[in-house]
Amino acid sequence: MLLRRFKKVIRDLWRRLVTPLDPPLMLILGLLVAYAFLVLFSASVDRLQNQVINLTVALIAMRFVAQVSPQRLMHFALPLYVGGVLLLIGVALFGDVSKGARRWLDLGVTRIQPSEIMKIAMPLMLAWYFQKHEAALRWKEFVVSALLLFIPVALIAKQPDLGTALLVLAVGFYVIFLAGISWKILTFLAVSGLGSMPLLWTMLHDYQRNRVLTLLDPEKDPLGKGFHIIQSTIAVGSGGIFGKGWGNGTQTHLEFLPERHTDFIFAVLSEEFGLFGNLILLVLYALLIGRGLMIAGNAPTLFSRLMAGSITLIFFTYAFVNMGMVSGILPVVGVPLPFMSYGGTALVTLFIGVGILMSIHKHRMLVQK
Amino acid sequence: MHPAEFRNPDQEIQRFQRRLAVAAGFVLFAFALLFSRFFWLQVIQHEYYQTRAEENRISLVPITPNRGLIVDRNGVVLARNYSAYTLEIMPDKAGDIEKVINELAGVIEILPKDRKRFKRLMEESKNFESLPIRTRLTDDEVARFIAQRYRFPGVEIKARLFRQYPFGELASHAIGYIGRVNDKDIEAIEKKDVADNYRGTDHFGKTGLEHKYEFDLHGQTGFEQVEVDSAGRAMRVLASNPPIPGDNLVLTLDSKLQEVAEKAFGERRGALVAIDPSNGGVLALVSMPGFDPNLFVDGISPQDWDALRTDEKPMVNRALSGTYPPGSTYKPFMALAALELGKRTPSQTISDPGYFNFGGHHFRDDKKGGHGIVDMYKSIVASCDTYYYLLANDLGVDNIARFMAPFGFGSRTGIDIEGESEGVLPSQEWKKKRFRKADQQKWYAGETISIGIGQGYNTYTPIQLAQAMAALANNGVMYRPHIVKYIENIRTGERRMIEPHPLRTIPLKPENIAVIKQAMVGVNTEGTGARAFAGAEYVSGGKTGTSQVYSLKGATYEVAKVKEHLRDHALFIAFAPADNPKIALAVLVENGGFGAQSAAPIARQVLDYYLLGKRPKEPAKEDAAAEVQEGD
Repeated sequence: MLLRRFKKVIRDLWRRLVTPLDPPLMLILGLLVAYAFLVLFSASVDRLQNQVINLTVALIAMRFVAQVSPQRLMHFALPLYVGGVLLLIGVALFGDVSKGARRWLDLGVTRIQPSEIMKIAMPLMLAWYFQKHEAALRWKEFVVSALLLFIPVALIAKQPDLGTALLVLAVGFYVIFLAGISWKILTFLAVSGLGSMPLLWTMLHDYQRNRVLTLLDPEKDPLGKGFHIIQSTIAVGSGGIFGKGWGNGTQTHLEFLPERHTDFIFAVLSEEFGLFGNLILLVLYALLIGRGLMIAGNAPTLFSRLMAGSITLIFFTYAFVNMGMVSGILPVVGVPLPFMSYGGTALVTLFIGVGILMSIHKHRMLVQK
Repeated sequence: MHPAEFRNPDQEIQRFQRRLAVAAGFVLFAFALLFSRFFWLQVIQHEYYQTRAEENRISLVPITPNRGLIVDRNGVVLARNYSAYTLEIMPDKAGDIEKVINELAGVIEILPKDRKRFKRLMEESKNFESLPIRTRLTDDEVARFIAQRYRFPGVEIKARLFRQYPFGELASHAIGYIGRVNDKDIEAIEKKDVADNYRGTDHFGKTGLEHKYEFDLHGQTGFEQVEVDSAGRAMRVLASNPPIPGDNLVLTLDSKLQEVAEKAFGERRGALVAIDPSNGGVLALVSMPGFDPNLFVDGISPQDWDALRTDEKPMVNRALSGTYPPGSTYKPFMALAALELGKRTPSQTISDPGYFNFGGHHFRDDKKGGHGIVDMYKSIVASCDTYYYLLANDLGVDNIARFMAPFGFGSRTGIDIEGESEGVLPSQEWKKKRFRKADQQKWYAGETISIGIGQGYNTYTPIQLAQAMAALANNGVMYRPHIVKYIENIRTGERRMIEPHPLRTIPLKPENIAVIKQAMVGVNTEGTGARAFAGAEYVSGGKTGTSQVYSLKGATYEVAKVKEHLRDHALFIAFAPADNPKIALAVLVENGGFGAQSAAPIARQVLDYYLLGKRPKEPAKEDAAAEVQEGD
């Protein structure tokens, strides 16, 4: 009797808590997170406990977002975007300087990094804007959307935080691309983008230029700026096909790897699990992206299609930029490896993104009917 | 196209899905790119990175060798090492340096000069090296810091070897000093291709013997194979290869003689070089004032440095780099030239009216009314100018230059210390090279005349004078002066002798040499040096000299009226014992007036000590009476 009631409570709880969560996504995420903990255990066992707390917070945030319907989500677009831009202007005017860059805004109670907000606010805003003008998407709408994109990107780039600016630019670009901007304009943008490279180069800060130069020839300054790239490349290369084994990475355990629990955690994975381990990670990411694109393809409204598509592609961008940086084909920018790197902020942002995907998937029928 | 009017949701979804497919294609392409990069690194290049990872774990930590000692001819140690504790800060790990130093000051005494010196070191060093904030900690200070060490990350106590010059200023210009390695030193190290051997070395010889014999003194750096982390922290020593200490330098220099010579100068500025004529070994090399080389070892403090930059110029090695007209010390060489070139015989005389008239210009003699009838012996003993005005005119400048050049006048001696000046041995060719304008390039016969008494264009360094004196004393057989006798490998006991380097033998007739030597002995017994050498228990030869700082153009030279720095430089050259010279020397006293007055008494004290072991009780006194004695 008591057992049966207990079972019913459990079943109820399961239905209410877990049903809105897309099982395939949950499975992929579960594997990714398990993998992440395996690597983190080797890289920095002291931080395991904290990361469990971070993960809990992120799951709760995801669960919360997952039940918010896309229609209600749209209401957040404008206030979040405007608020984000205002905060960015605030940073530019009154922000705290740390390591030569002005990124933080001290609100008295807590310090926030408004550029982080833009990672979610940007796709929301653009998707909302396109949804609103769904009836007539002409060049005018694309010009406005481009402006909406470039204002915050310019503010972030000026902080200077080139990495985040490029991520925000990428996510905005994905929305515009998926909304159907013509190939002609895309080609034009690509050509003029390449053409303005030399101009951009002169606008970069010294340290940004150095990062690019370091990528081209890291051995030039092996103890200075090239150190990170050289050491992480050695870690990856010395891993071989099957890796040195869990906990046996010399690069990791002799502390040659910088930031080995955060941005460079992929080097740890690569060293200890080798090409085989990398392949597993690539497959998991491919599955995650595939599932995300599938959700986007089945989404009922333009807004939810654009949201699902751009969020999925931003997961890809994080993963590609991070792995490219660690293996030495992209310059060093502060981009974490999604779902793998230690750190609360990124994890929460990512899981909110997953939550949005889940919400879009769950509500796919409701709108069509 | 007006999609708004003919909206087709299916078509729109199709278009969106096409875009998704493009994106998916791009993702696959990007992942394939990543995978091929991984394949390249982990399969194709795996072996290379494997090796690099191995090397990464094992680092070679250099162990600095003990620097060789510098020892005088009698075994007195002039430069040695001692181990002491230093408090060092690693600027890139310590954080806010100013704050760290302030907190350290609460534990260990840190003086303002320590801070200043540290600041200077910070500016000079660009690497991630650790820099000393305090040196020579007492045991008590070490204990106090260790108790508080946890408060100071990036601050460490290190046991380091320090260079020490136990006699301070003694022979400072010969020994030189070491200081922290700078860019110029790195260049020298790379040129010599010994950069590996200098890993871990932070001092380098800057001047003197420390500089010249740097690569002998340094030794072979040892290495420890250590497992390290990326911060360079040693975790465990795997193997070690001990360093080989540097070689010792054993000098020809006699530190006691050096001390006597330096003390003889008292407060006066000047230089003295004493040479063993039989092999070129330098017995004493004095440049006054000296400096304390110990000040430079840990980086000199700005105050100490300012104190050394006075008008007295204690950092200038006058013995090697100061150039002075030789004055009357040139006369024995002129006389020898006359004999060798057949322009005079010893007994040939002139009548000296007190001046020499050339082209309406009176070249004056020091003695009013002249010396009367003067032969070669008297011309040297009484230092008769008129004799040499005439002689120079008869010889001509180019003959003089040709005769003097083999004695080393006007060229570097090649002594084993750097910083030698060349001086000027004037000739018609020299003047052509020296000046640009045609009328300046021409040599005037009148210019030859003052050269006869060692004035005019010719300027030589004290070591050139000493070398020429030694050559004359050794009957024309010349050796290159050197301070190091041999280099000793302290492990094997093997000695690398610095062989006496015979430069040349000047073909001189023995009878001519005898005439000159006899006249120089006369100087010290009945001539201008007689007062300074009164009662000497050995027979010596000498020659006084006065080198004009300021031309008085016909006015009478009155010491009291001439400012100190415009007073003439006093010179004296000597050799002894006369029949078998063991020592030849040149003394120069800047603004010392007449040679007999201040330079000769110094030479007397040096010779007394070297030949008789007599230690003088006080600095050589200026001989006031010599001022009135004319003819120098």
